[in-house]
Amino acid sequence: MKIRNFRGGVHPEYNKHFTSDKPIKVLPAPKQVVIPLTQHTGAAAEPTVAKGDAVLLGQEIGKASHAVSASVHSSVSGTVVAVEPRPAINGRSVLSVVIDNDGRDAAESMSGHHDPIQLSAEEIKSRVEAAGIVGLGGAAFPTSVKLNPPEDYKIEYLLLNGSECEPYLTADQRIMEEHTEDVILGAKLLAKAVGADKIVIAVEANKPEAIKKLQALAGSHQIEVVALAIKYPAGGEKQLIKAVLGREVPSHGLPSQIGVLVQNVQTAWATAVACRTGKPLIERVLTVSGDGIKEPSNFLVRVGTPFKDVIEAAGGFVGEPGKVIAGGPMMGLAQFDLDVPVVKGVSGILVLSNKMVKQYEPLPCIKCARCVDVCPVYLMPVRIELYAMNGMWDHAEDYGAMDCIECGCCTYICPSKRELLDWIRVAKTEIVEAQRRQTS
Amino acid sequence: MEGTRLVLSPSPHVRDEDTTQKIMLTVAAALVPVWAAATYFFGFDSIRLVVASALAAMGSEALFLALRRKPITISDGSALVTGMLLGLSLPPSLPTWMAVFGAFVAIVVGKQVFGGLGYNPFNPALVGRAVLVASFATQMTTWTAPFTDAVTQATPLVSGTAGYSELFFGTVPGSLGETSALAILLGGIILFYRGVLDYRIPVGFIGTVVVFSLLFGQDVVYQLLGGSLLFGAVFMATDMVTSPITPVGRWVFGIGCGLILVVIRFWGSLPEGLTYSILLMNALTPLINRWTRPRIYGRGVKDA
Ligand code: SF4
Ligand code: SF4
Repeated sequence: MKIRNFRGGVHPEYNKHFTSDKPIKVLPAPKQVVIPLTQHTGAAAEPTVAKGDAVLLGQEIGKASHAVSASVHSSVSGTVVAVEPRPAINGRSVLSVVIDNDGRDAAESMSGHHDPIQLSAEEIKSRVEAAGIVGLGGAAFPTSVKLNPPEDYKIEYLLLNGSECEPYLTADQRIMEEHTEDVILGAKLLAKAVGADKIVIAVEANKPEAIKKLQALAGSHQIEVVALAIKYPAGGEKQLIKAVLGREVPSHGLPSQIGVLVQNVQTAWATAVACRTGKPLIERVLTVSGDGIKEPSNFLVRVGTPFKDVIEAAGGFVGEPGKVIAGGPMMGLAQFDLDVPVVKGVSGILVLSNKMVKQYEPLPCIKCARCVDVCPVYLMPVRIELYAMNGMWDHAEDYGAMDCIECGCCTYICPSKRELLDWIRVAKTEIVEAQRRQTS
Repeated sequence: MEGTRLVLSPSPHVRDEDTTQKIMLTVAAALVPVWAAATYFFGFDSIRLVVASALAAMGSEALFLALRRKPITISDGSALVTGMLLGLSLPPSLPTWMAVFGAFVAIVVGKQVFGGLGYNPFNPALVGRAVLVASFATQMTTWTAPFTDAVTQATPLVSGTAGYSELFFGTVPGSLGETSALAILLGGIILFYRGVLDYRIPVGFIGTVVVFSLLFGQDVVYQLLGGSLLFGAVFMATDMVTSPITPVGRWVFGIGCGLILVVIRFWGSLPEGLTYSILLMNALTPLINRWTRPRIYGRGVKDA
């Protein structure tokens, strides 16, 4: 099988062996869920329930409020005890619906379709929208928005992202292996929704079992399964498109401009489930792993479950935890409050022991050029860092700061342990701020 | 379930194992085969000069940093590398004090006055060497033949009296580290496999010299192995701090070094020219970086 590669990227320790052979376990719903109304990129959903209301499993509790937004549903049945700001994984307080679980899982009546592939493109889109589906790879961009690209672009390819290149994470791998049929069905539904006639499923070559199973089922459906180089960030949207199709997304543009729609495999699975059963997105599969966790696992978790419940279900900590991360080690968000709830975009909970959490003193740059060599969008991170440190925002922009995908490869590789990405983020904030000032 | 002692820092949360110090020590380790060969051919002189130069380099660095009340960072290994490189580029019969002087100049003038590690535009070892050549022209061009104390005035590049296999193994007069192609290649392989050497610079450098030697009817093997080209192309031109950081820039740099070397060797009044070819390209490095910025992903592509 030909391995699809791209330029740049790094080879961190993948550490997937902790959980790659652990079947997905269903985590029981907690006594209380906290469901933020912003779990996605875009505008917050507007609450449709108030304190004291009784809610059913799957009932809409937040309505998509804007062109770029996604609705939110209750993951349990019970009573709303509060609609108030609560801490979320991004470190901020986010308006959330707090629900006491009555333990009955009394569900709202859901209308599925016994053979969803018969659904029209419009029906698929409206079901995806109604189910509040967002990109489950981590970015949590509302899927219904992606399914409605600007009219003048014809989508040719649906590219299903099964690379899961973040170290430790194995949720997508398990889904491809355990729910192969639904992944394929989801791919076909998503392709139909946008009128794409070609489907390519791209999987990192370190998941041979998933590739085999997908291939076995794909054969009859004109779906191509390809193997990707084992390298981070093979699953970055731009890198994936370049590796598989040899095309580049225009700078500051969208994949739809070059005829491509990229969706994550778990998103495809959620789409299949939503179309077949009518069940909205109220749970997801995530990996709990790291050297600081007793029993690394893959769990199916209800949205709104506190991190600490998930960690407890995985046997708790081994010794003192050094860092708890929502997501993977390359792009995840460090947490300090373990009451924060799991949301749609949480692909993993990673616990690193104190030993793994090193603090570095940045040393002078020795111009080794490794940051330049690994940047998967071909930037010169060291230059942007330099300009950012000196407040030279124009230069930082000229060197492509806004094209940075914040993959972290540059900081990862730097032998002088410089905080390259931190400075690039500063530059991006300043550049956006300056543009806002100019237009207002 | 205590959450308060958790470390909060932005991604990425893991880092590569390599450090500046490891890189420098790798270069030092790659120089060991070269030094061993030099010691085999030239005996105690090799130990005397390399040790003196390395100690003087580290001592000068420590002294300068102490005077400027800065943290003493000689454990980063960069002064050790500069000292070893300088020592190995010296003729075996050079007096010890000259090596010490050269190392002092290399560190203070070549590196610390610019702000220390990472800020120096020129390869410090070559700065030291250039000052030594200018100050002690005779001593810096007096060679001894291996295994003897017999003095000669010429490296094979000039004398033209050595067999090809002698050139390869290094049993010819020359600076300590430059005579044995075998040992240099071994060192180069170590650097390459540890990811410390970008092949573009030595390949561009050596390739250019080969092409021009052929064009102008020179003996290719002599041009390649008879002087300090190999040592310079593998260990001096590839100095990270003073060479370009863009992939295309590194080709330009290597080829540029080769062109200047050819011009000096074929038409100049100096027999060698390695030091100046690299120093000149060092000077051009900031410009090369500016001219060879990589095309950013997604720039210059059209919509479907
Ligand atoms: S990786 Fe670090 S040391 Fe190397 S060039 Fe980039 S910033 Fe400098
Ligand atoms: S500059 Fe941005 S895109 Fe490039 S390696 Fe660094 S974080 Fe990734």
